[in-house]
Amino acid sequence: MSTVASPDLLTGQRGWWHRTRDGLFRVAIMGSVVLGLVVLVALIAQSLVKGWPRLGLDLLTHFPSSFPDRAGIQSAIFGTLWLVAIVFVTAIPIGVGAAIYLEEYADTNTWYNRLIDVVIQNLAAVPSIVYGILGLAFLSRGFLHLGPVVLTGGLTLSLLVLPVVIIASREAIRAVPSSILDGALALGATQWQAVSRQVLPAAIPGIATGAILAVSRAIGEAAPLLLLGALQFITFNPTGLDSSFTALPIQIFNWISRPQEGFHIAAAAAIIVLLGITLLMNGVAIWLRKRFQQQW
Amino acid sequence: MIDDPERESAAEVVAAEGVGAEGVEAEVVQAELVEAEGVTVEQAGARIDRRMLVEVDGRRRPPREDSAAETVFDLTDVSVTYAGIYAVKGVNLTIRRNEVTALIGPSGCGKTTVLRCLNRTNDLIPGAKVEGKVLYHGIDLYGPRVDPVEVRRRIGMVFQKPNPFPKSIYDNIAFGPRVGGFKGDMDELVERSLRRAALWDEVKRDLKASAMALSGGQQQRLCIARCIAVEPDVILMDEPCSALDPVSTSRIEELMDELVSEYTIVIVTHNMQQAARVSDRTGFFTVAEGTGEKDHRIGILVEFDKTDTIFTNPSDDRTEAYVTGRFG
Repeated sequence: MSTVASPDLLTGQRGWWHRTRDGLFRVAIMGSVVLGLVVLVALIAQSLVKGWPRLGLDLLTHFPSSFPDRAGIQSAIFGTLWLVAIVFVTAIPIGVGAAIYLEEYADTNTWYNRLIDVVIQNLAAVPSIVYGILGLAFLSRGFLHLGPVVLTGGLTLSLLVLPVVIIASREAIRAVPSSILDGALALGATQWQAVSRQVLPAAIPGIATGAILAVSRAIGEAAPLLLLGALQFITFNPTGLDSSFTALPIQIFNWISRPQEGFHIAAAAAIIVLLGITLLMNGVAIWLRKRFQQQW
Repeated sequence: MIDDPERESAAEVVAAEGVGAEGVEAEVVQAELVEAEGVTVEQAGARIDRRMLVEVDGRRRPPREDSAAETVFDLTDVSVTYAGIYAVKGVNLTIRRNEVTALIGPSGCGKTTVLRCLNRTNDLIPGAKVEGKVLYHGIDLYGPRVDPVEVRRRIGMVFQKPNPFPKSIYDNIAFGPRVGGFKGDMDELVERSLRRAALWDEVKRDLKASAMALSGGQQQRLCIARCIAVEPDVILMDEPCSALDPVSTSRIEELMDELVSEYTIVIVTHNMQQAARVSDRTGFFTVAEGTGEKDHRIGILVEFDKTDTIFTNPSDDRTEAYVTGRFG
């Protein structure tokens, strides 16, 4: 009996209901995507419309002021830049170092290395406010007693993004095939020579992508900085690690909690600036990934 | 003449053949060897002589009679365990200088494991443990004072899948010498290594090109060039042609024929014809059913002999069954 000529097979054995269900499912999943996009676009559009009058050079160059029309975010932008710089020089070397250890040196059969692994995975999921408490208790007051200065804020954000940097770097290092390490070792390279000259350079694009995304997360964090006492009316840029500081999300939070409508408009404009910076950084990360992606 | 260990006669041979320039170079290389590796002048001289002698000679020779001086590796009752479970057990094997030694056998018989013992790459696998004695020129490779990094520099390895570094062709070759502290003319070394690996003519126009853009066969020859750039004593090859097409395979085989005059080669292969074509001696491994819990499936060396003997007149029935294609 020939099944090829069977009419069922040619017209399709599935009835209209199956086809309809297929279509419904397609609509449902596309709807999820669209919903996400719509929310984002609405957010940006609302901020744009509201903040447009204030969006200009004035906003960027002025310091905070009691008069909404003259209030600007210069000190907040510089504060954020200081925070980013501190995160870059602390979290990234430590994070990459930890990733190298865990991927290339640690014997995963030992209990303490497995414990470190699990702890890092969990730390990445700890709410940022908890890091704020940590920073307050150990860095700002208590142990190190640095006070509510830009160094404290930077180090707290470093702790916050460190697990993310470690995880992203580990993945980037793991994506380099072990045959690269074996090949280097077989040529008489020491473990460190093989890792530092072959594995790490091959992993750099992935590490850079992860690091940028981690830092862009740090830029948007307000909660831990609020706890540290960064919510201040700062009319000067940080001059050193021990300066008082404010940051973009802090400034926005501050303005939104004011009663005057003018501050709300300034806040909307500042939100646009913050979103712009974040999108720019994410764009750079995506470009890096595309540009230096290695096909193995 | 050929086996004459005296340096002077070697220089004469070289001079007579009109390659005197290499004699001068040999002086330099010898001085470097003496200085860099702490070997005696005699040892360094012998290593270089051997190369120059065979270069003049230039062709494959039949396996020579056993003699202690010719032994590069001497394995006595070698077993390897991974996390306490035997992968291969009780291997006795002698690998001779300037010969191709092939290790053949079905999958899982431990031939790659044995190969990895020879340059201590098993050390890199957590939980791997080597028992028995692996002597390299009479020195216990697993002795307490042996530096595995130095072992791997002298005993190079070419892997199953070509594994060029994601860098330029030039940097692929230069990496080994650089980490080894090479101070000479790198351009010259890169060219010489590529020429010896029969790759120079294909890549000389653009040495800065990415090695990843080469074909599989070219990549594997690049890996061989990279390996010989560090002037190893032995080249281990772990199924070097299994990922290559027949044309590339035959090029690699030709290359092995040429390289064996300068190096000692040990090759693991699934391909019996390849073993028959390229090797002087062949070891046949198989999987044996063990008795205990820790060795229910272990690799053993069944027979080790001249390749001709293994393929035409093996002494063990299992070898005969394998080489005639009745199993495996």
